[in-house]
Amino acid sequence: MSGPANGPQLRHVGLNLLHSDEMEPEEAATGLYGFWIFLMSDAILFALLFAIYGTQLAATAGAQGPQDVLKLGPAFVETVILLTSSLTFGLAAIALKYDRGQFGLVLWLCVTLMLGIAFLGFEISDFRTMFADGATPDRSGFLSAFFALLPTHGLHVAAGCIWIMVMLAQIAVFGTDGRVKLNLLRLGLFWHFLDIIWIAIFSVVYLQGTLA
Amino acid sequence: MSDDGHWLTLLGHLNARSFPFVRAWDDPTVSELIGALAGALVVVGALALVALVTWKRWWRPLVRDWLTSLDHKKIGIMYVVLAGVMLSRALVEAVLMRTQQSLAVDAPGIVAPEHFAQLFSTHGTIMIFFMAMPFLTGLINYVVPLQIGARDVAFPLLNSISLMLTAGGAGLVMISLAVGEFSTGGWSGYPPYTGKAFQPGVGPDYWIWAITLSSLGTTFSGLNFAATIYKKRCPGMHLSRMPLFCWTALCTSILMIFAMPPLTLATALLALDRYLDFHFFTNDLGGNMMNYVNLFWLFGHPEVYILILPAFGVFSEVISAFSSKELYGYKSLAAATMVIGVLSFTVWLHHFFTMGQSADVNAAFGVATMTIAIPTGVKIYDWIWTMFRGEVRFTAPMLFALAFIVTFVLGGLTGIMLAIPPIDYVVHNTVFLVAHFHNMLIPGLLYGMIAGYMYWFPKAFGFRLSEVWGKVAFGCWVSGFYLAFMPLYVLGLSGMARRSQALFEPDYRPWLLVAVVGAFLLLAGLVSLFVQLWVSVRDRAANRVPVGDPWDARSLEWSVSAPPPEYNFATIPQVDRLDPFYWRKERGEAYRPADRYNAIAVPKNSWVGPLVGLAGAACAFGLVWHIGWLTLLGFVGVWIPVIARSFMRDVHRTIPASEIEATERRWLDRAHAARPVPRELETEPANLGLARPFPAQVPA
Repeated sequence: MSGPANGPQLRHVGLNLLHSDEMEPEEAATGLYGFWIFLMSDAILFALLFAIYGTQLAATAGAQGPQDVLKLGPAFVETVILLTSSLTFGLAAIALKYDRGQFGLVLWLCVTLMLGIAFLGFEISDFRTMFADGATPDRSGFLSAFFALLPTHGLHVAAGCIWIMVMLAQIAVFGTDGRVKLNLLRLGLFWHFLDIIWIAIFSVVYLQGTLA
Repeated sequence: MSDDGHWLTLLGHLNARSFPFVRAWDDPTVSELIGALAGALVVVGALALVALVTWKRWWRPLVRDWLTSLDHKKIGIMYVVLAGVMLSRALVEAVLMRTQQSLAVDAPGIVAPEHFAQLFSTHGTIMIFFMAMPFLTGLINYVVPLQIGARDVAFPLLNSISLMLTAGGAGLVMISLAVGEFSTGGWSGYPPYTGKAFQPGVGPDYWIWAITLSSLGTTFSGLNFAATIYKKRCPGMHLSRMPLFCWTALCTSILMIFAMPPLTLATALLALDRYLDFHFFTNDLGGNMMNYVNLFWLFGHPEVYILILPAFGVFSEVISAFSSKELYGYKSLAAATMVIGVLSFTVWLHHFFTMGQSADVNAAFGVATMTIAIPTGVKIYDWIWTMFRGEVRFTAPMLFALAFIVTFVLGGLTGIMLAIPPIDYVVHNTVFLVAHFHNMLIPGLLYGMIAGYMYWFPKAFGFRLSEVWGKVAFGCWVSGFYLAFMPLYVLGLSGMARRSQALFEPDYRPWLLVAVVGAFLLLAGLVSLFVQLWVSVRDRAANRVPVGDPWDARSLEWSVSAPPPEYNFATIPQVDRLDPFYWRKERGEAYRPADRYNAIAVPKNSWVGPLVGLAGAACAFGLVWHIGWLTLLGFVGVWIPVIARSFMRDVHRTIPASEIEATERRWLDRAHAARPVPRELETEPANLGLARPFPAQVPA
């Protein structure tokens, strides 16, 4: 509608939303901006969960403490998987920007989805090990805080996986129209945001808990 | 045994004793009968409403024109209606509590202790989350897009979802009257008292899930308004040219974005404690209730400013319009608003000075608290200077603004007293505190909301409200406030504990009697508001203001017809200074047709909001009563419409240019035919909403 000359340009990313006729650039910019605000609100939620975790570190009530239940090995594998999934989502975004077809986009989204599911599988297996060792959230304040922080992140990843599936369906139905592109951009923000949260979890929970 | 199992699966913890009617039948005390009557009112009221709508054949218009509408104006009005309904319930509860206390000096009174505790819990919860929040969200929804020259909020569908989530939460609180009971833990729901060990029933669960629904809705509203104000302003509408109400709306939105997550988290963790035996706030196994208190007030203090700032915005608009002057110190008012927003995050600890911090920590938070008085004082002086040498008219909204200035300053002074930790140690948990926060919130929120409602009502509906009944309401609300709450300061200083169901000090009696008279006056204030509405609707033909500017006001919302067209502005306005509409009138440039009109796309109606609200409430109800299938159904029911909606592409409806041109011409013809009225006649039937320009205007 309004070309680069007479309308405000999208300044945040290089994705070619401007060439889609379905959406005004202002509308796309507002849509993305709103999602940034949502992420800020979500970030507060995680910040507070971290704060609670910090205050509950010593509240082990005679049950296992961080050193007894946290295993650095699996957490490192999970970290590698999740960081790789951010890379593959980045490749999906590049495919969206430069590819004429949808093959690259769909491929990288599928890889990202697989990595997300693999991450969840590893995390659930971690939790099962902990449960088998008697480290359940009803045992202590520390374990409660642990089982609030990590599953909250895990649920976010699960929501992200469902979102990827929905987007794959939308690509199948609509191709990459303006709204699909916008939602892929939002999904990308969400996915990378979860990566950042995980880096904090790995540092604060696992590194601090096992190396201290 | 397996039969019991089936019932448990189907109905969870619901049984015959869950219903107040059964409880009253088994044990017909006055207290239980009052409970059953309240429950019956909910049931009969709901049935009567359904019958009325069916009988009048209003279902189709109700659904098509209102419930599924994505128009920010209609969503705003629905928010205010919700607030009015909930205000009525919570005010009746307040009168019941005052009655109880006035009767219960060395006597049992009429309400049992458990019932009394539910009363103060629902009163606080409703007044904050389901009266104040919907009211201010409604006003912001209606007014802000019009003031910044936008056609809607940034995310109209999300707006509808926010409304319906809030309504779902309110519905849950209403259902708790007829099914089960409510929490007895107060509006702040402190554990461990609200934990499973002390309240195993459904009361705290109702509280948790009602609050959760409303806080999610509020988070989305904040996000929506912030994106609207940052991204949807019309050309030339710099931040520094926005009406002050938009500044306060922006600040409130930012506070909502950052302050609601602590509440959501606090209630979620409390739910984990109650449902899955976690130990966040329990007394044993490493639980720490101070975490809850910190989380709750990390939300709770900014919440105070979420509530008060929009009212500050309303008063700024009202005082400027009814003094016919530019706001004095506009920039200082905007800056003070943002300073208050920042400071509001630095004072949460003053809500629990007595809970074990060191004196140094208390002192730091005490000083921070007093600092807030500085920007607030700036505002008070700015409003007074705005009136100075203005052409002040004492209309009902202006009277509320004046009462606010005086009353709010009094409340602020007792706030400074409470900010001093040693004083707080003496009066904490007494009715002195109750008097203080009512002294802030009744003028600082409710008067503002009522003033805003009366001020913008003619814009929204095209006719003015009755001035006479507005003044009656003003008299009741103000005298009622002083009579109801000034005695509480005295009682608090005399050591009367808050939330007391019975009292054993005969000297309290006279003060309590004065307070109950005040409570009934406040109720009379509410009734006068309803009478005002009824009288005004009845006499609407004589009070129409179709041209749209009944108060000779200054900002863009007054530059369109009343009620405004669905698309708000036929052409997006251009703004070159503060108070653009006022200066357009001064320069004789108002009410001009556009060179040409273009077609406008508006959002189509959507069922997503109502479905999400309904499913969210069902999910919450299932959680309250441990009904697994309903919880799951509700949860899935929230997401299905949202995902389905993302597959819809045809979500806009285009209003053709010809239709817009015809609508605009009709309005402009009316404006040109109308006789302009001078300000002194603005409350007369002659006022058709066209103000006579006033010469020799000297900018402040």
